[in-house]
Formats: sequence, C-alpha cells, structure tokens
Amino acid sequence: MLSYIFKRLLLLVPLLLGITLISFVVIHLAPGEPTDMQTQLNPQVSSELQQRLRTQYGLDQPLYVQYWQWLSRLVQLDFGESFASDRRPVLDKVLERLPVTILLNLLSIVLILAVSIPLGILSAIRRNSGFDRITTILVFTGFAMPSFWLALLLMDWFGVRFGWLPVSGLKSLGYEYLSWGEQLVDRINHLILPVFISAIGGLAGFSRYMRSNMLEVVRQDYILTARAKGLSERTVIYKHALRNALLPVITILGLSVPGLIGGSVIFETIFAIPGMGKLFYDGVMMRDYPLIMGILVMGAVLTLLGNLLADISYALADPRIRHGQQSDN
Amino acid sequence: MIKTIGSLCLFAIVLISLNSCRTNDAVDHPGVAAALTPEFGDTFIEASIGDASTLLPVLASDSASSSINGLIYNGLIRYDKDLQIEGDLAESWEVSEDNLTITFHLRKGVTWHDGAPFTAADVKFNYELYVDPKTPTAYAESFKQVSGVETPDPYTFVAHYDKPYAPALMSWAMSIHPRHLLEGKDITKSPLARNPVGTGPYRFSEWVGGEKIVLESNPDYFEGQPYLKRVVYRIIPDTSTQFLELQTGSLDFMGLSPLQYDRQTDTPAFRRLYNKYRYLNFGYSYLGYNLRRPIFQDKRVRQALSYAINKQELIDGVLLGYGAIATGPYKPDTWVYNPKVHKYPYDPVKARELLAEAGWKDSDGNGILDKDGKEFSFTIVTNQGNDLRSKTGEIIQQRFKEIGVDVKLRIIEWATFLKEFINPNNFDATILGWTGGPEPDQYNLWHSSRAVPGGLNFVGFKNAEVDRLLEEGRRVFDLHQRKVYYDRFQEILAEEQPYTFLYVGEALPAVSKRFRGVEPAPAGIRYNFNQWFVPKPEQKYSR
Repeated sequence: MLSYIFKRLLLLVPLLLGITLISFVVIHLAPGEPTDMQTQLNPQVSSELQQRLRTQYGLDQPLYVQYWQWLSRLVQLDFGESFASDRRPVLDKVLERLPVTILLNLLSIVLILAVSIPLGILSAIRRNSGFDRITTILVFTGFAMPSFWLALLLMDWFGVRFGWLPVSGLKSLGYEYLSWGEQLVDRINHLILPVFISAIGGLAGFSRYMRSNMLEVVRQDYILTARAKGLSERTVIYKHALRNALLPVITILGLSVPGLIGGSVIFETIFAIPGMGKLFYDGVMMRDYPLIMGILVMGAVLTLLGNLLADISYALADPRIRHGQQSDN
Repeated sequence: MIKTIGSLCLFAIVLISLNSCRTNDAVDHPGVAAALTPEFGDTFIEASIGDASTLLPVLASDSASSSINGLIYNGLIRYDKDLQIEGDLAESWEVSEDNLTITFHLRKGVTWHDGAPFTAADVKFNYELYVDPKTPTAYAESFKQVSGVETPDPYTFVAHYDKPYAPALMSWAMSIHPRHLLEGKDITKSPLARNPVGTGPYRFSEWVGGEKIVLESNPDYFEGQPYLKRVVYRIIPDTSTQFLELQTGSLDFMGLSPLQYDRQTDTPAFRRLYNKYRYLNFGYSYLGYNLRRPIFQDKRVRQALSYAINKQELIDGVLLGYGAIATGPYKPDTWVYNPKVHKYPYDPVKARELLAEAGWKDSDGNGILDKDGKEFSFTIVTNQGNDLRSKTGEIIQQRFKEIGVDVKLRIIEWATFLKEFINPNNFDATILGWTGGPEPDQYNLWHSSRAVPGGLNFVGFKNAEVDRLLEEGRRVFDLHQRKVYYDRFQEILAEEQPYTFLYVGEALPAVSKRFRGVEPAPAGIRYNFNQWFVPKPEQKYSR
C-alpha cells in the first residue's frame, strides 16, 4: 500500500508540470496583456510608458523565459506577485479569499449530503411512489433553475419585501459592536441564502445518485440473504444496504476536494461575497497571469490529491478493493 | 468592471469624483432645509462594483480606487462647483508672463494624517515620484513636460516648463503623496497601498478585501472636519444586488441606470427614502469611421451617415430619454462648447442626396447602394459588455439600411477588441465612448501624430489646421484665447464628421433623504460632500 501511494505521488509531478505548461501557454494565447488595462485608450499614456510597464512586468521576455522564471519561483513555493496595480503576493490574495470560500462550500456540501442521502434512500425504498415522483420533479426543477435568477428572486422576497434576511454580503455593518451571540446569528443570517442557492443545484445529482446506488444494492444476493435470515426490513436497509450504497460517496467527496477552493463567479457576484470565483474571474479579465497560474496550480494539486485520497480511502473502506489489490501485487 | 464603463478611464484622478455638469434641476426637491444647522455624525454607505486595487493614487487606474483616494488625498488645486480651478493644498498660484513658470503658494499648517507637516518638499517629491521611470504610473506624461522644480521656502513650490503647456496646471490637481513615508522606498512594495496616509477630509480606517473599505472623518482637516463621521464603500459587484440593497435602505447612494431611474424607483417607498438627481455626464458616445477605408474617405459620405442617424431616437431608445445630443467632443454646457457648429438632424432624404452626389446609387435595384460595382457595405465593431453600445449599433444598423447602406454588427470581448481591431486600426467603423473632463485639450485624440497603430486617433483623422489649432490651444492659459482655437476646432470636426457624435448620457444618482446640504451644481453633487450632514434625530448609525 505504501509503495503504491509513493508511486502515485511520484507520478503526480510530471502530470502537474504538464498541466502548468499547457495552462501557461493557453492563458498567453488570449489577446491582451495585464498592462493594457492601465494603458489602453488612455490619452495620458505614451507608447514609451507602455514599453516601460511591459519591461517591469517582464512581459518583453520570450514566453519560455517567462515560464522558466515563473516555474523556478514556484518550486520554492513562491507564487509571485499579482500583476494588478496593487502588486500583492498571489498567495496573500488567495489566502484572503480562501476561508469564506471553504466555509461556504463545506456548508453547501453538508447541506447537500444531509438532504440528498435521506431523499435518495426514501425514493429508492418507495420507488415509483408519489413521494418518489414529487421529489424527482422538485430536485430537477432546482437543478434546471438558473441560480442567479432564483437568487435575485429570493433576495427580493426575503431581503426586500419581508425583510427577514440580509440581501448580500457576509456581515452587517457594525458587526464588531455586536455581542458574541448576535455575531453568530448575524453570520448565519447572511449565510442562509447563499448556502441554499449553492446547494440547490447539487441536490438533484446527488440524490439521484444515491437513489440508483440504493436500488442496485438492494438487488444484491447478500440483501436477499439478510432478508432470508429473518432480519427486520429496517436492519436490512439501514445496516446492510445503506453502508454499501454509501461507498461511492467517498469518491464524490474526494472529487469535491478541489471544489472546496473553487467558487462560482455568478453566485459570488450576486451575493457580494469575496470568494475565489470572483478573484479568478477578475484575474482572467485583467490578464493577471501570476494570479491565474497560482489558482490553477492550487486547483490542479487539489484535484490530483483528491483523486488519490478517494482511491486510498476507497481501498480502506471496501475490503473487496483492498484484497483485490493485494492479490495483484 | 472597469471596461463596462468602457472606453477610456481617467484624464486625472480628481475628475472622476467631480464628474458631471448641467444640473437638469432635480426631479424631486433636494430637501435642503436652510434653517437646519449642520451636525456631526452618521455614516454614509455607498456601493462600488469593484474592489479598489491600491490606495496609492500614483499607481491606481480604476474608478473604485480613484473615488476613495479622492477623499483621502488632496492635490494642489481642484475644480470648484462651477468647474473653475480653485486652490486645494495651494492657497493661490500664479502663472508667469511667458507662461513658462507656475508658482504655487501652499497652505500653512496642513498636516498629514499621521501628524507630520505638509510642505513644499512633499510636492517636489511627488513630481519626482511621478516621473521616476521605476514608478509604474499612467500619469507621468504631463509631469514630463516640467523642465525643473524649485522650493524656495517650505510653502512655495515653483514648476518650470520649456514650452507653455496649458493642461499642465490641472496636472497639479493629482494627489500628493507623503514624502516622509515614501522617499527612498520601492513604491510598488509600499504598505501605504493598503494603509494610506493623506491630507484629505477622510482618514483610512479599515479595508476588508472584496468586502468593504471604511474611512473616518479627519478632525484636523484644513477646511474643518467633515460632518459625516464615516464613509463605507461596500463592494457589491452586481448592480441588481446594489439596487436591492438600496431598496432595503442599506445603501445611501447609488448611480441608477435609466431603467431603474425611470421605471423602478417610482414607488412611494422609494420616494420616501431617496432623492433622485440627474445631470449630464462628462463623456459621449460616437460612431467613428476608419478614414483609411476608401468608402469613408469622401466627407459627403460621412455627412450623409450622420444625417441618416436619428440621435434623439437613440437617446429615447437606449437611454430612455436621459441624455442629450452630442455635436462635438465637448459637453453642451461647458465654456469651451461651441453651439454654432453645423448640426446633423435626422434627414434621410438629404443623406440619400449626399450619397448620390458622392456617386453611390442603387444601380441593380437590390436595395443596397453601389458604386463602381461595389456595394456600400461595412462592419461596425464594438465591445462586449456594454449593452448601450450594442443597442445603439442595432438601431443605427436599421437606419442605415433604410438609406441603402448594409451594415453588420460585431461585438467583441474588450481585450480582443483593442488588440485585434482598434490598435492595429483594423476596422471599418466602431461605436465607442470617451470620458473627459473640464480640460479641453484633445491633442491625443485628434492630432495627426497620434494616427499611428496603437494611437488614440485610430480613425486616422489628419487635418493640418486641426493640428495647428490643437498645438496652439495647449500653449495658452487664457480661456478666451483658448476658446477661439477650440471653437474653430469644433467647426472643422462638425464639417468633417470623422465621428458621428451620438449622445451624452446623464448621471442619475439617488441619495438617501436624511443627507442634507446636497446642492446640484455644474460639477454634479459630490463636490461639496464634506458639507453634507444628517440632523441628529435622523442619524441612523450612532457608532
């Protein structure tokens, strides 16, 4: 097992290198440069100044030199400075946005799991019942609904008309003057709509997934055995079937590791939440190469590690896979 | 985003906050009660679509940073409510007989937010900072005209020029940075970018990245402490969300869209909370013709196209009536504007006549004019993300079709648009806008030396008389003398129609009713922000 993990980790290095190379080339293919925002169509700027700015950013160097410089800083875990006019380190900019992004994504995953697992199980047990059909319709409606539209609608209802929830942002003004308990309530109030909106799209996929897993598992022989032993239906479903039906959840959780630091531009924009999605989007629009590359690298590393993690934990949780592997070796 | 506001950003940082002009008397009464005496306190909350990038004005080129910097820093001079130049950090100034030397007499007793005194040495340092090749600034150009500076005493600053340069005076309106905190340091790494120290009416208090920026009033401000205790910029990237926040009362100020102004704010609830104002913006939209293209080389053709566009229809359709017809590069209510230039009212018959004169006739009866076997067909390009421009394009397309001109419309992402079309001068016609300010110098847009790839005269306009007028215009300081040059300049532009000038939009701000002292003037409403106040009983935020 250990040598397997080590091998997998070693393989990650060339893979990551390939990803960075391709990303670097692709983002430089897009027309426009970071200096353009400052200098284009600005009557105050001479072409000499434009050249000077390009030199300062190192954009006058050939692409392979720029890549090499970037890469040699990266191996020292230095993501460089943003090309935006604040010239802040990329890492600072990312770390500033990371906590709220992770918080939202975690809450959203928890909500998705908490709702869709029971929903999927119940739909599977009562397959083709009225409940099954209604939940199917509901989750697919949620999936199909444009989230920005739903968000604006809910903001208008709950924020403006009823005044129950804040419209946008993460904290109220004067948050720092509130007591500990009030602060908590304030934060929760601000999170309700965003978490709900970001979860609603995920519900459909996950509950359907859960439902079909469950349906498949209950058809297995060992379920028949359990029933034949005379176990109660409750024990059969929740003890024998559920455990096996939950196994693929591990894969999904592994795959959602990179999703933890990713955000949605549309949804962050609407709720005025300073998250990773908006940071990345603005970076792309401004052609802020170090920032784009930094976020891409972090995303790539997490994706690769997430996959590895899923594989490993799958092996740990499922004896069939574990034993299969040992016989291979 | 910056680019949706479009076109070009800033002539000078200060102009942004002073943006505007004719106050088309506010629709609602401003609610100024003269009897009230100003009181201190309360918080002013406004939204910004983007986070500021840096609070060092020399490096900032986005409008969010500029409007915040405008409260933290001062220049030597500024525009007053009537767009006349007045002293800011300079008490007075004089321009020498030969127009080659400007002497500023600085205010005494001004201190930086950290308590250090402000002196002429700070001004000298700023000049050096702006022209330093190591400073990545977009504002170096006008300071490069300076041939030397002197500080004869701590409160006198003298700038020498080799050639008279009228726009130079306003270049001293740019923010002055503190020498004692920046000298000898790398400006791009300065912590002041996120923790600024200025001389302005508001001090920096807090910046939560992507969320908000908070400023507190400066009790030692040289013109007296502003009444409003705190200013909060909330970063809300989506204007629909901003509008919802406005309706809940969480925002005190918002620039409305024509649609919001006209249709969505006419509720009793809204009127109870907000006053709405309207006044013309600095900046206009135009249809620019690439004069290098053979079809546009005949001025009769350009005049015909100008006659074929119904500008009032554009204003009504695109701006819902909140705008004015543009007849040239200057705003209709500024001193430099020439009302006597030739105008092009909507007249499709005249347009057809002019085109026929120029040899364009529909000889094959397919509805499209042709000449020498070639059809009159071209493409208008404009940038993505500006709804007004694409709608304008569609209406123009329709009008041109009626006189037998076939137009295609292409909408392209901003960076690509500049790189592939505008900079290499590779387009037929384009719809764009320019944002300017009270300074009339248009050298960079119209001088023939700027008709090069990457230059701003991308339509390729070359006119010897205009060249001479623009050169003369920036050499004299006297407004009457300047007006003679710029009047003639406007006449030539009107005759030549290298652009069809389309419209000037209006600023449509809504301000919470609890703020008093809002007095619309040619400079807009924000020029006297320091005098705004909220009567004690109406104050909403006690801390």
